[in-house]
Amino acid sequence: MAAAKFDTPALKGYPVIPLVQKGATAHLKPYVAPAPIQTAIGFPGELVENWQEKAVAKMGELLKKYRSLKVYMDTCVHCGACSDKCHYFLGTSDAKNMPVARQDLMRQVYRRYFTFAGKFFPWLVGAKDFTREVLNDWYSYFNQCSECRRCSVFCPYGIDTAEVTMAAKEIMGSIGMGQKYSNEIIGKVHRVGNNLGIPEPALEDTLLGLEEDTKEETGCDVKFPLNVKGAEVLLVTPSADFFSEPHVESLIGYAKVFHAAGISWTLSSHASEAGNFGLFIGNYGQMKAISMRVREAALELGVKRIIVGECGHAWRVAYSFWNTLIGPFDYLDPRYPVPQHICESTWDLIQQGRLKFDKEANDDRIITFHDSCNVARASRMGSMPGGQFVIPRAIITSVANRFYDMAPETIRDSTFCCGAGGGLLTDDLMELRVKGALPRMEALKTVVDEHGVNFMATICAICKAQFSKVLPYYGFDMNMIGGVHQLVSKAIRLDK
Amino acid sequence: MSAVSLLYVVAFYLAGAIFFGGLAWVIADYARTPAPLKIPTTPAPVTNSGVALRMAREVVLFESLFRSSKWTWLFGWMFHFALLLVALRHLRYVTEPVWTWVTLVQPFGMYAGFALIAGLLGLALRRVLVDRVRYVSTPSDHLMLVLLLAIGASGLAMRFVAHTDIIAVKAFMLGLIYFEPQPVPTDPVLLLHLGLVIVLMIVFPMSKLVHAVGIFFSPTRNQPDDPRENRHVTSWAAPAKH
Repeated sequence: MAAAKFDTPALKGYPVIPLVQKGATAHLKPYVAPAPIQTAIGFPGELVENWQEKAVAKMGELLKKYRSLKVYMDTCVHCGACSDKCHYFLGTSDAKNMPVARQDLMRQVYRRYFTFAGKFFPWLVGAKDFTREVLNDWYSYFNQCSECRRCSVFCPYGIDTAEVTMAAKEIMGSIGMGQKYSNEIIGKVHRVGNNLGIPEPALEDTLLGLEEDTKEETGCDVKFPLNVKGAEVLLVTPSADFFSEPHVESLIGYAKVFHAAGISWTLSSHASEAGNFGLFIGNYGQMKAISMRVREAALELGVKRIIVGECGHAWRVAYSFWNTLIGPFDYLDPRYPVPQHICESTWDLIQQGRLKFDKEANDDRIITFHDSCNVARASRMGSMPGGQFVIPRAIITSVANRFYDMAPETIRDSTFCCGAGGGLLTDDLMELRVKGALPRMEALKTVVDEHGVNFMATICAICKAQFSKVLPYYGFDMNMIGGVHQLVSKAIRLDK
Repeated sequence: MSAVSLLYVVAFYLAGAIFFGGLAWVIADYARTPAPLKIPTTPAPVTNSGVALRMAREVVLFESLFRSSKWTWLFGWMFHFALLLVALRHLRYVTEPVWTWVTLVQPFGMYAGFALIAGLLGLALRRVLVDRVRYVSTPSDHLMLVLLLAIGASGLAMRFVAHTDIIAVKAFMLGLIYFEPQPVPTDPVLLLHLGLVIVLMIVFPMSKLVHAVGIFFSPTRNQPDDPRENRHVTSWAAPAKH
C-alpha cells in the first residue's frame, strides 16, 4: 500500500508544547485484523452484530477484574498535568493524543453506562453513547498509544493510560476490531514459536552461521546452543536478535559473555521469543499462554536459571508478571533472581572481575543511552530502585570510554518512548512512528551537536527496529542505533 | 420549626447519608476489585513502608504534580492545604467544648480562606487560558470550581463583611449532630453557604471528587516493587494448574 505523504517535523533546539489541533492524526489507524488472524487467537472474525452491547458488557467485566481501570475511570480530575507529556501529542499536536483526552475516549462511555451522573446528566460530565463514531475514535487513538507509561509518572494519582489503552484493545478485540499487526504476531508465536515466524531448522541454521562468523572474527569457539538439556542458563530473547540488524550484534555479545565467563547456556526453539504481544492487546489469557512456553522450556531443558535478552516489554512481562503468570520458580537456582536481565547478569560478572575488556575498541563511538519505556517505568534491575537506569550505563562505561547522557528530562523515568512500542511497530503507522519519535530525536540532536554523539545504545528490540527506520527521516544515520551488548561484544577480551 | 429549618435539617441528613454512605460504598468497591498484576510505576519503593512514604509524599506534597506542572501544583496545593485549614477551623462549630488545637488552628484557618480562593481562581484561570486544559474540561469541571468558589466567598463574607450569628449556627449544627434539630439562622448568606455545602456533600461521592479516595487505591502508586521476591496472586488471576 502507498501510505499518504507526510512531513517529518523539524527538529528544534528546545522543546515546544504545541497548540492542540483537532483531528490532526484522526486518519492514522492500523489495519484491522482480518478474520483468519482474529479467529486464530479466539476473537470474532469481524465486527459482531450487537457490538455496542457486547463492548459495554466487556467493559463492565474488566471494571470488575481490574482495580486500575475502575479507579482510573473515576479518579481523573482533568487537571492537565499529563497533557504535554505524551510523545505522540508532542509530535502530532492532535488533541486526542493528550493522555487525558485519550483516557476520556473510554471515560465518556464509562460515564454514560456506569455512573449516575453520566446516565442522567451526560452533557454535564461529557458522557457519550457508544456510537460507531466513538468506536472509530477508539480504534484510531488507542492505536496511537504505545503504552509507555510516561503520563503515569506525572499524574498526581498515578493514572496509567497504558491500563486504559490495554482495556480498550481487549474490548475491541473481543468485538472483532483487533489490530492486524499485533494479533498476527500472537498467532505466529503459537504456531511457530516466535514473533518473526522462524521455524526451528532455520533457527538452527542461523545459530550455526553465527558460530562460524564469530569464530572468524575472534578465533574462538563461541557457541550459540539450541535446546541443550542440562544447560545452566535458558536465554529467552526477542526473535529479532536472530535475524535483524543491529539486534543480532547483541546476541553475539550475550554469547561472548557466557563464553568468557564459562557459563553453559542454551536457547529453546519452543520458547524462541521473549516478546509477548499479549501485553499490548491487554489480553491476560494470551499473555499467560505466551509466557507459559518459557516455563515449559525451562522444565524440559532442566535449566537452573532464566535470563532475558535485550527487549523492553518482554522484560516488563518477565520481571513484573512471570512470577504471577507462570511461577513459582522453585525449580530454579535460588541464588539468582528469576528472571534475570542479561544486563544484570553481565554487570554481576563485571563486578566479580570475570570479564575483561579492551575499552579502546569502542573509541570510534561517542555513545548515549536511550532508556526504553518498559524497562524504565515498569521494571527494575538489581536490588535498588532505579537499578534499571544505573546498570546499563555502568556496563556501557565499563566497555567504552566516551559516554554522554541526553537531557535529564528525557531519560530515566522521564524517558520518551521510541515511538513504536505497544504494538505500533508496523508500516501502516509510519507517519505516527516518525512523529512520535520527535521528542527523542530532539534530545538526541542536542548531544549530537554538543558532544558529537554517534551511537545511541538501547536494550529493546522494538526501539532498535524503530530507530533504524526513523533515524534517517531526521537526517541521522540508521547505524547510530544499537544494543548495549553490541558494545560489550566489541570490547570483550576472549581467551583463545 | 419553620419550613426553611425543616428543609435544611432534612437536606443535611440526606446529604450526610449520601456523603458518608457514598464514600463507604466507593471504598468498598475499590477494595473488592482485584489488582491482578504488579504495575507500580518504577522506580518504586521495594517495601511496604517505602510505599507508605511514597503515598504520603503524594497526598501531602503532591509530588508527581510538582514534577509535571509547577503552576498547577502551586494553585492546587494552595487550594487543598487551605481547604484543610479551613475545614479544621470549622470544627469549632460542631464541637463543644472546642478542642484546644482547633482554637490554635483558628487564626490560620481564617486567613487560609483567602488562599483557598486564590488557589481556586488560579485553577479556574488555567482551565480557561491553557488550550490543552480547556479542551479536556467538561461543564462539570468548571461548575465544580464555581461551587467551591461560592462556598469560599460566602464563608469569607460572613467572617469579614457581614458577620452572621455564629452562636445560632453552632446551636443548629450541634442540634443536627445530637438529633435534636434546632432552627437554622435565616441569614441569607449563611443559608447560601450551607446550601452549597449540602450540594458539595451530595456531589462528592459520585463525581471526580472521589480522587480523594482513588489515590490510595491507585496500583501504580500503592504497590511495592517486589514481583520477583513475592509472588503476587489475586482472586481471578489465580495460579494455573501447571
